[in-house]
Amino acid sequence: MNVIKMEPVLRVENLTGIYKGKNGRDPKTAFTAVDHVSFELMPGECLGIIGESGSGKSTLVNMIIRLLDAAEGSVILDGEDITTARGKELRKIYRKMQMVFQSPQESFDPRRTLSDGIGEGLRNSGMSGREAKEESIRLMKLCGLDPELAGCYPHEVSGGQCQRAAIARALAVKPKLLICDEATSALDVTIQKEIIELLDELRSREKEGFSILFICHDIALVQQFCDRVLVLYKGRIVEEGCPDDIINDPKDEYTKRLIAGVL
Amino acid sequence: MKEYTIRTQKIKKNTVKLRLIIFGSLAVILLLCSVFSEHLTPYDPYLQDLSCAKAPPSAAHWFGTDRYGRDMLSRVIAGSRASIYSTLLLVLIITVIGTCVGVFCGWYGRWIDTVLMRISDMFLAFPGLVFALAVAGVLGGGLQNAIIALTAISWPKYARIARSQTLAQKEMTYFKAARLSGSSTLKIIIRHLLPNIIGPILVTSMLDIGTMMMELAGLSFLGLGAKPPTAEWGSMMSDARSLLTTVPWVTLSPGIAIFISVMIFNLLGDTIRDYADPKSRR
Ligand SMILES: Nc1ncnc2c1ncn2[C@@H]1O[C@H](COP(=O)(O)OP(=O)(O)OP(=O)(O)O)[C@@H](O)[C@H]1O
Ligand SMILES: [Mg+2]
Repeated sequence: MNVIKMEPVLRVENLTGIYKGKNGRDPKTAFTAVDHVSFELMPGECLGIIGESGSGKSTLVNMIIRLLDAAEGSVILDGEDITTARGKELRKIYRKMQMVFQSPQESFDPRRTLSDGIGEGLRNSGMSGREAKEESIRLMKLCGLDPELAGCYPHEVSGGQCQRAAIARALAVKPKLLICDEATSALDVTIQKEIIELLDELRSREKEGFSILFICHDIALVQQFCDRVLVLYKGRIVEEGCPDDIINDPKDEYTKRLIAGVL
Repeated sequence: MKEYTIRTQKIKKNTVKLRLIIFGSLAVILLLCSVFSEHLTPYDPYLQDLSCAKAPPSAAHWFGTDRYGRDMLSRVIAGSRASIYSTLLLVLIITVIGTCVGVFCGWYGRWIDTVLMRISDMFLAFPGLVFALAVAGVLGGGLQNAIIALTAISWPKYARIARSQTLAQKEMTYFKAARLSGSSTLKIIIRHLLPNIIGPILVTSMLDIGTMMMELAGLSFLGLGAKPPTAEWGSMMSDARSLLTTVPWVTLSPGIAIFISVMIFNLLGDTIRDYADPKSRR
């Protein structure tokens, strides 16, 4: 692999996320969910982020994908600072960065068909309705879905099928970065494996090549799937490295406990 | 035990469908009557013929005639246009205004939400018809002003429903997904939010058609709505109320027309609510 001199797809610097308390600006009730986190993600790489519930994983990725405002720090996607992007600019950025959510069924509009949801991004980037539909059917096939499911509503398909459709939707705009926030947590073990294998296969294909930011609290899955892993604890990165090294020889106290608890 | 529940549900669903067909077609008949009222009246509803004034119901004049000799059946049919049209217009206006305000408040929140909701609280705190009377009194009579008055008191209810529905929906993941698909906020509201919240709002407006028809007729009865000689059920009743003991048919025929139409629209609204209820559909 020619890893030399590659620009990172995503660079996160000192990213800090603060939830304001109930009564707005009162600093006493503010809660720092993500505390000066920095990392880089290389093209084609799969980076895992693990940590217990409440450690700030979702807050972190929501700030990266601009569903939340960062209190401090910056997010640089493909050389472009997107920390404060909004409106039209942001919509352009969403063609480079996509996300797969935890609950597949909830991530599709209950009153719209799967192919409609998959094609939405394509139509928004100027494709005609018919072309978008054809392309969404191609994507469904790519993600191992029967094209007959195109006209189904989200409640008419299984969770695993719905998550495949969500991956198809995320890949429709050919993003450079795919964020999976616990994309497999709501599925049962065998389906989890299928989804992981699908992501792995799509990632290694030349044409669809993209980096993955994989949020998970299942260390075994991360070990199987990720090239590198960050351990998040109370909003800070406590350990970083190759998953095998971390699991076999954790340096940090918290990581030790986390691994002992899970394995 | 299980079979029992399944069977009751099945029977219930069937009656809902049947009721929907019956009341739906009755409402359609009523609407057709008001649309084609000019062609359905046996006599000119405004033609005075003092020679047969105050005639009781007969074969020639089914509902009798009023004190100017105008045929009551024709006037009731002609009045359906003013009554039903203005009611539907009123319900449409309050639904649209209320939904827009409610969605806006629920979606953006913050201070604008607080301000608009306090304003709607103020409107809700007044006894409805009294406030409408005051508004109609200030603006003067006329059907148009009666509609404005009733709009002023009725939109907050819709704003509340739309707001709570929006609040319940807007944290759902599919809005985030739509945003990531590059849809603008306006597009998200129109294409994703509205279709998902409009059900309960439509049911409420169906149920309100009857109420609004009564309130409009009430305002007209009090002289703050349609003005005579315009054929409108409320003002027709009020017109003849001094003669209630001697020529009761002049008051009763528009009264019965109001009663029947309100009942049809209420039953239709009830049925649509049952039909839209996911529990009775599944
Ligand atoms: N809207 C919010 N307002 C205030 N505090 C919040 C809010 N959302 C999350 N938090 C807090 O921020 C912290 C981090 O939450 P976050 O959702 O990022 O955790 P997570 O690592 O994704 O957990 P999980 O594995 O359960 O998804 C938690 O302690 C939570 O209480
Ligand atoms: Mg989370």
